[in-house]
Amino acid sequence: MTTPLLEVRKLAKTFPVRHGFMGGRTGTVHALCDISFSVAAGEAFGLVGESGCGKSTTGRAILRLIEPDAGTVLFKAQDVYRADPRRLRALRREMQIVFQDPYSSLNPRRTIGQTLSEPMRVHGLGSPREIRSRVRALLAEVGMPVDAAEKYPHEFSGGQRQRIGIARALALEPELIVADEPVSALDVSIQAQILVLLRGLQRSRNLSFVFISHDLGVVRHFCRTVAVMYLGRIVERGPVPAIFDAPLHPYTRALRSASPVPDPKAKVIMMKLEGEVASAMAPPAGCHFHPRCPQAMPICSEVYPGWTQVTPDHGVACHLYPSPASEDAPRAQ
Amino acid sequence: MSSAPALVVDRLTTEFRIDGRWHAAIREVSFAVGRHETLALVGESGCGKSITALSIMGLVPRANGRIASGRVLLDGRDLVQLDERELEATRGGAIAMIFQEPMTSLNPVLPIGFQVAETLRYHTSLSKAQARAQALALLEHVKIPSAAQRFDDYPHHFSGGMRQRVMIAMALACKPQIVLADEPTTALDVTIQAQVLALLAELKAETGMALIFITHNLGVVASIADRVAVMYAGDIVETASVEALFAHPTHPYTEALLSSIPRVDRDAGALKPIAGQVPPITAMPAGCRYADRCPLRVERCATMPPLVALSGNREHEVRCWVRTGDGGAAS
Repeated sequence: MTTPLLEVRKLAKTFPVRHGFMGGRTGTVHALCDISFSVAAGEAFGLVGESGCGKSTTGRAILRLIEPDAGTVLFKAQDVYRADPRRLRALRREMQIVFQDPYSSLNPRRTIGQTLSEPMRVHGLGSPREIRSRVRALLAEVGMPVDAAEKYPHEFSGGQRQRIGIARALALEPELIVADEPVSALDVSIQAQILVLLRGLQRSRNLSFVFISHDLGVVRHFCRTVAVMYLGRIVERGPVPAIFDAPLHPYTRALRSASPVPDPKAKVIMMKLEGEVASAMAPPAGCHFHPRCPQAMPICSEVYPGWTQVTPDHGVACHLYPSPASEDAPRAQ
Repeated sequence: MSSAPALVVDRLTTEFRIDGRWHAAIREVSFAVGRHETLALVGESGCGKSITALSIMGLVPRANGRIASGRVLLDGRDLVQLDERELEATRGGAIAMIFQEPMTSLNPVLPIGFQVAETLRYHTSLSKAQARAQALALLEHVKIPSAAQRFDDYPHHFSGGMRQRVMIAMALACKPQIVLADEPTTALDVTIQAQVLALLAELKAETGMALIFITHNLGVVASIADRVAVMYAGDIVETASVEALFAHPTHPYTEALLSSIPRVDRDAGALKPIAGQVPPITAMPAGCRYADRCPLRVERCATMPPLVALSGNREHEVRCWVRTGDGGAAS
């Protein structure tokens, strides 16, 4: 197997919290635990889960926007956390991020042209004249009119601003883009425009994506491989068709069946999951999902399940699938 | 519908003043909702679905908005003609509303039990103790775990899903005939959304209330609605039973909207986005408002098409010259 473009190994991150009067009491949020996956060149890898599951923290840790407590991130076999400042700057040219809300991530006092040319100036890519022509090319590439360069962010709609956010991420010719809920704030018709744009860029530039979303439909459409997260851990990982059509983990199944389908005939299969996500400050002992799990067994409240590779590319962390993974790994009822 | 509808909206037009001129945010919107029925108002940002709800509730901001014409009939009374005092007696009584973000609709400095009881005290002659007992029963009814212990907790102690349950309890406190829910599950995670949708369906079946459910999410529409009205740029462009709408989407906008959804139950087909964007309220075209983005546009689309019943299904109405077979020679 060739070296993957991105390899994430056993990432862990906790955040201290202070609360109570004057910040007296303290606690710890277990944001990430044992996160591992890899992304091939040109691949779109999805991270899905509900609020607070750690998917955005994972995205930021990949770019070293936050420092994890443990684990490694290898980008083209180079350790992102051990890179010296010069090397890190070079690495950041190759890894960029697109945020959910392009309005809060664009400087309202700068024209779009200034915003797009800044990263090129910072990295010393070309003369002012070359940079101006690159800005025009970038705007065209994301489907914006050329005169957008002279305008300010407030003059654009949400969909257009997201196009600008994408153009900025592309300015340094990255190989990997971490896209954190890039279409969640958009109406469906505009969301589809942005997804089509991202897919086109993925093909024309052979871009890799870590695509973070709470919307299973969007992930199914855009990604080839997906990891499902729950309370800071990956509970299932595999190819998109398998995860969506034959999910193994009871949480993945619940998430799948709770995701609305635009077909009235499908409504009867809505499976109800009792209870709510536990606090990340005090995750339940054993499997974090067991208090809500319809198939919980006694062991589930005692031991966190190990990782079982059910097929070579489809794995799950669940006691329903005991570790000695063999051809006839037991399937859930 | 066999019995009299719970609510009738008749040619409702609501306008807003922008730079000294009045512009219609919704135009001549008409529909009726029957008892036991869930009508979904669906559309994208700016289509007028929330303005429709605010107009029904008499909550259009007076500073720059007005109901220009039309009627909202509840029990034979026209809500548009009521003064503020009469409206206050009706809101939270016979007609109630649930908003998207419960945190901004609940008072953060009052315990939730008190807030539910307050609704009852305002609209009924219950004593303080009776209102408290009934508020507790309501919180149990919407399945707030250990409701008695949590009665005196404040909104910030609750999760988003639990807060929305509190809002539902408040809305149902006075047994309304009709509840308007404006994106009530949009801020929630999908597993919690499924719980809240199931709760609403259960309560509706139990009380017979009519429900107007406003959402941008066609998946949610499919799982909760009986009938659907699709809105675009202030107009209802298509209305049908939920089965007919999803099986035979007929307005080009409805059709395009459905094929722009990335579906969780199907492998990635090619998404077909709708090119362009909704025209701004200050520059609405005179004719069909979707014409600019429509692949089927003909000359006649420069004039406004009426909402016309399809010949095969009288309850399926579409606002389109081409699709209702009246597009002229070009179609």
